[in-house]
Amino acid sequence: MEAQFLMFLALAAVALAASVMVITRRNLVHSALYLIVTFFAVAAIYVLLHAEFLGVVQLLVYAGGIMVLFLFVILLVERPGTGPAGKPMRWHAAASGVLTLLVAAILGAHFLRSGMAPPGGTAVLGASGGNLETVSLALFRNYLLPFEVVSVLLLVALVGAIVLARPRA
Amino acid sequence: MLEPLHVMILSLAMFSVGVLGVLLRRNAILILMSIELMLNAANLNFIAFAWAHPDVAGQVFALFVIATAAGETAVGLAILIAVFRNRSSIRVDEIDLLKG
Repeated sequence: MEAQFLMFLALAAVALAASVMVITRRNLVHSALYLIVTFFAVAAIYVLLHAEFLGVVQLLVYAGGIMVLFLFVILLVERPGTGPAGKPMRWHAAASGVLTLLVAAILGAHFLRSGMAPPGGTAVLGASGGNLETVSLALFRNYLLPFEVVSVLLLVALVGAIVLARPRA
Repeated sequence: MLEPLHVMILSLAMFSVGVLGVLLRRNAILILMSIELMLNAANLNFIAFAWAHPDVAGQVFALFVIATAAGETAVGLAILIAVFRNRSSIRVDEIDLLKG
């Protein structure tokens, strides 16, 4: 159990540092690569919390699919060294920081007011047949309708993305 | 001893970084990346509570969140390409057609 906590601390530090790097880098490609580091650390935390299947899905969908899409669009859209730097907005950074602190304080207060759950175990999540069997049984038995709705949503997103990005004839 | 509270603290910090990125940066692609950070923070909470209770429903919902995030990213990036084609810029402070 102690090893689990130490691993979580290390992975949390990596995830947090990488996500700060994502929003501070000037070069968009660097931001995307740091975002991949964040996704890897989060996937490892999933595995630590006995969500092995979700960890694999996280790597396949985020690090494998979404980030390739991001990098393609960055290379299509970004022209380094062109365009004005934009007017500096001094009050903008301060207002953003205050707003972020406000959101964090409200969320944190909400978290603290909610009843604290005890540390979990593997009893249900990894029961006979492992995590993949448990998740897929729940998915296809209890959540079949949401699953179908999500597949329709993905189809609509696919068609919409093609229509939006298609050049005008 | 790892407790759900620790994961919640990490989730809160990652979400705040995402909010700061959306508010602070003016590049639309980076705003989309910050939204991905926030969705990941929410997913961390789902997984932590699924582990704490323990109930596999949290993991199923995290799966739905990942699918929705994939669709959101695809449509968002397609919109960015369309905007770039029309305005030759994806800086959100230059896209002010609706400003009075």
